[in-house]
Amino acid sequence: MDIQFDDGVKRDRFPLVSWLTSRQAFWVLLAVLVACVFLSFATNSFATSNNLFNVTRNFTFVAVVALGMTIVIITGGVDLSVGSVLCLCSMILAVVMHEGYNIWVGIAASLGTALLIGLINGLLIAYLEIPPFVVTLGMLSIARSLAMVASNNTVVFQFGPDQDKLLFLGGGALVLGIANPVIYMLVLALLTGFVLHFTRFGRYVFAIGGNEHAAIVTGVPVRRIKVAVYMISALSAGIAGVIETGWLGAVTTNLGAGMELQVIAAAVIGGANLAGGVGTAFGALIGSALIEVIRNSLGLLGISAFWQGTFVGCFIILAVSFDRIRNYRFPP
Amino acid sequence: MALLELKNVSKHFGAIHALNDVSLALEAGEVVGLMGDNGAGKSTLAKIVAGNFRPSHGEIRMEGRELVMHRPVEARQHGIEIVHQDLALCDNLSAAANVFLGRELRRGVGPFKVLDYSTMYRRAGQIFAELRSETRPRDLVRQMSGGQRQAVAIARTRIADARIILMDEPTAAISVRQVAEVLNLIRLLRDRGIAIVLISHRMPDVFSIANRVVVLRRGRKVADKDVASSSPEEVTGLITGAIEHAL
Repeated sequence: MDIQFDDGVKRDRFPLVSWLTSRQAFWVLLAVLVACVFLSFATNSFATSNNLFNVTRNFTFVAVVALGMTIVIITGGVDLSVGSVLCLCSMILAVVMHEGYNIWVGIAASLGTALLIGLINGLLIAYLEIPPFVVTLGMLSIARSLAMVASNNTVVFQFGPDQDKLLFLGGGALVLGIANPVIYMLVLALLTGFVLHFTRFGRYVFAIGGNEHAAIVTGVPVRRIKVAVYMISALSAGIAGVIETGWLGAVTTNLGAGMELQVIAAAVIGGANLAGGVGTAFGALIGSALIEVIRNSLGLLGISAFWQGTFVGCFIILAVSFDRIRNYRFPP
Repeated sequence: MALLELKNVSKHFGAIHALNDVSLALEAGEVVGLMGDNGAGKSTLAKIVAGNFRPSHGEIRMEGRELVMHRPVEARQHGIEIVHQDLALCDNLSAAANVFLGRELRRGVGPFKVLDYSTMYRRAGQIFAELRSETRPRDLVRQMSGGQRQAVAIARTRIADARIILMDEPTAAISVRQVAEVLNLIRLLRDRGIAIVLISHRMPDVFSIANRVVVLRRGRKVADKDVASSSPEEVTGLITGAIEHAL
């Protein structure tokens, strides 16, 4: 939060330095940069425009979903259904376009489905007060199953008359050779950061995660905010689903399986606190980027992909213990 | 005419009579200590005044006009504020963000409104200066002392120009020096003509700052007298029931 930045200005001789070093996203960014520099020298293939194009594009899908997940995590919740929702939204888009409807109808149906699922999650969590873990675990199962129902568990790879538009949407590079998904991700990240820090909605998201009881007694519409938050999370999964469909050019019913854990890992590595009250849009991007760089580098260095989980897992644990390590080194 | 008047207020929860036929008048610039053992009805009374509960019987009048409140927001609109025992602060937000929580100032055009950080910082700073608190608007509440946190919670009541403030155990869990700080804050508010209901277990606080002391026992009012004509011993007796009624 910029609040901490201003806070630092008054106290420290090197305010920018102390602000930066207190940010988890800064250290993760540093890790990403160090890894990139190292890989540029250690391999011939990392710093090629082709590989960088791939790396930046590959993490956008996780990053877009991680933006929505970060907002949920800031309120102190969690959304386990995002991987399945992404699959269902991709499948709805694919099936609708396969039936000969144009791309706009497909996208509307797909994102409409996402919002509806988010609404159901949110209502159950906010009004019936069922724990988010349970509600979204149930939705994880339901959405995946509905995707199978919608496609009869087949692979859809023909998208009707607007097929080319869809493939360009996800696979093209409209601006300066940057993959389209990267542009979407950056725009959505800026939007998320703006909403979190400059709108009343964003302030309420942090307040709910900080002290839900306080938010209630001060008149914050806690329930409505929670419903909105789960709708945003599902919508981000839906958007990622649409983009990923355009990139892959085919949809299977195991798309996004296990993605929820990768997304949560990205958010947490980027500094979101699962206890609520803390998180940034920038952190979501950086966390996602780190996971992708690890994945990519293992491949390039010739290390077995089986090690990927070990590295990502270590970073999750390191990220969560970040505050303690920092406080240990610099006692207050 | 009293600023706030409770007339024969009762509150029943099923068979439990939490509050029985309690009448109470509050004048501007007055501090009333509300005392009683656990379960005597203090918090029920506070919740009725704060709009959380509606009384089963009786009525609440503000300057002679009857108040019917369904939600805490309505009490706020009438100038009644409550400072909760746990202060209801968000540790992860700045002092200014907490002061304006639920009442954020925004600027912009039409539906495009953004938080007005600069005005909120400035206004919060003014309120802290007015409360003679060293709290800085941009500091995170997480880093604050008990007294500073209390100042943040009290500052909240100042942005709405409250006329009646209910304070629930404001000195329960803080150090001796901070207690003095909080009592000074209460004096400042009193001198501005605000009526204060101080719910407390701490006899010295009530006797040092309140004009009147009201004692509840088992949902009934058993005493309502000037502090000057009472004593801690008498009040203790009234709370425990050793003394049946105040003279």
